[in-house]
Amino acid sequence: MMNDNRVTIFASIAGLALLITLPAIFGSYYLGLATKMIIFGLFAMSLDLLIGYTGLASLGHAAYFGVASYATGLLALRLGWSVWWALPAGVLVAGLTAALFGLLALRARGSYFLMITLALSQVLWGIAFGWRSLTGGDDGLPEVPRPDLGLPWSLADNTPFYYFTLVIAAIATLLLLRVVSSPFGQSLRGIRESETRMLALGYDTWRYKFIAFILAGLFAGLAGVLYVYYNRFVSPDYIHVARSAEVLLMVILGGAGSLFGPALGAAVIVLLENIVSGYTERWLMVLGVVYVLVTLFAPDGITGVVRRLRQRQGGRA
Amino acid sequence: MHRNRACPSGHDRPVPISLPLIVGRCYSRRRNDNFNETSAGQRAMNFWAIQTLNGISFGMLLFLLAAGLSLIYGLMRILNLTHGSYYMLGGYIGLAAMRASGSFVIALLAGSAAVAVLGVLMERFFLRRFHLQELPQTMLTFGFLFIFADLALWLWGGNPQTMAKPPMLAGATTLGSLTYPTYRLFIIASGLAVALMLWLFQERTRVGAMLRAGVDDEEIARALGINVSLLFSLVFAMGAFLAALGGVLAGPIMGVYPGADFEVLLLAFVVVIIGGLGSLKGALIGGLLVGLLDNFGKVFFPEFALFTIFLPMALILAVRPTGLFGRE
Repeated sequence: MMNDNRVTIFASIAGLALLITLPAIFGSYYLGLATKMIIFGLFAMSLDLLIGYTGLASLGHAAYFGVASYATGLLALRLGWSVWWALPAGVLVAGLTAALFGLLALRARGSYFLMITLALSQVLWGIAFGWRSLTGGDDGLPEVPRPDLGLPWSLADNTPFYYFTLVIAAIATLLLLRVVSSPFGQSLRGIRESETRMLALGYDTWRYKFIAFILAGLFAGLAGVLYVYYNRFVSPDYIHVARSAEVLLMVILGGAGSLFGPALGAAVIVLLENIVSGYTERWLMVLGVVYVLVTLFAPDGITGVVRRLRQRQGGRA
Repeated sequence: MHRNRACPSGHDRPVPISLPLIVGRCYSRRRNDNFNETSAGQRAMNFWAIQTLNGISFGMLLFLLAAGLSLIYGLMRILNLTHGSYYMLGGYIGLAAMRASGSFVIALLAGSAAVAVLGVLMERFFLRRFHLQELPQTMLTFGFLFIFADLALWLWGGNPQTMAKPPMLAGATTLGSLTYPTYRLFIIASGLAVALMLWLFQERTRVGAMLRAGVDDEEIARALGINVSLLFSLVFAMGAFLAALGGVLAGPIMGVYPGADFEVLLLAFVVVIIGGLGSLKGALIGGLLVGLLDNFGKVFFPEFALFTIFLPMALILAVRPTGLFGRE
């Protein structure tokens, strides 16, 4: 069998090369789709930090994605802030929201944690829906300008915006990889396996979970900021529990606890949504059926299936 | 007064799939239309009495939902995200039965029974395979939530529909100087009756004793020869039945509309977060509390109605993370 590490490195380089040369292969429309996949890949990876590495299943992760979208969208639209200020501000707002929600949600565990994260995110959704003078209610905020980097290429075009997204997502992915391979990341895995043991070893597990919660919120916020620039629009749907549920599915479908798995899961769901909505309006039902099928037949996701297949092959050889 | 304010999203527009808690205000406006204005001296007192009764009747509907959610969690540790869908489907099926037969009793029975069967099927064929596995159960119930939401939208369309009140309960009842819609009193009475029956069932019957044993320690209960597997199906059927009953009962005052599933699921969550999962007493007291907070919140602070529910929830969480009557 080939060395696992080398396979991963090879696959990463090949994947990156493919992502860089994508604009030469695809037309503008599919490039837009690829951009969306990358953004949701980042979003799914941020949730994986909680589900896969810390063992905290949050059902309200769209809260941080959406609140960052709104913050950046409002700052860019109403105050004319440039991307250099509006992007960090959006991410910061997401982090602060996560800190506030984390204080409440992390007091509880298990099912209470699920319910509280879901309930808190719906509060934000309610605000986005009801506070029309600020958020535009269910009409949302249209015509958010694309960022202007002062480069010769306008980000209003799909190709430059694709590279803008790719660079930011690549940096974020490197940071996430750094987090999960650090001693901090190892401690998170320890908490996932057995929190009582980590407590007995003298770890202040609450602080670890709190920091993981904020980090996940920050990266989700970054994805939200990219998405509002990509779509040039934000509406309460960005925060709705259906979006939280969608990103949860991306994580599980890809395989929790592997970062790349959830990114792959995100790509599959975005592609599927794109294909299905071309044929029927029943996307929600298809999504529901995918949920049930994944749970029944691929509970550890795509990466889990691949791992099992390779183990079987390895056993034969 | 607030109830004369324009509804922000407009009544006549089709309600989006994801139903707005804040829009709930518009429904509440309709709910409160049954006011009966009396002489000036009595008005202040009547106002409080009427709003309190409104809150209690809504709280009883929330109790019906939360009781099932809580029972199911208590015995099986399943957080059933499909519970709001049972409520909504109960409403739709009840409405269809009402239109076909013209009888409210048949509507109540058909809606609740059909959804109870649905609940049993879900438990037997799907949830049972993932006993005590939290994440797969969450995924499954989420999946069914989407499937039922879209199915309802497909079959019954996007416009809110109202159910006719049964003629016997359509009028108003006079209580001293107060005139109040009979139907809402009927809801309060139904809720109290269900609470009493559930209590008697749990405390006084053999199956209820088995249920308590199963909640306390499932494995020992199995070892003692209690058919826990049958108990699971029974409790799931009861939970779905109660939620659907709530959905049909709510039909004449709140209407049946897409998005009700998410809306009531969220409120039921708040009820059990406050009252504690697995406790009937918690479901009743939590339900009444949330019903009252919701109603008075909408009356006094319509712009911030959500916070009158969520602020107390956050406070209780800070003091008791497992709710008022919950167990670790």
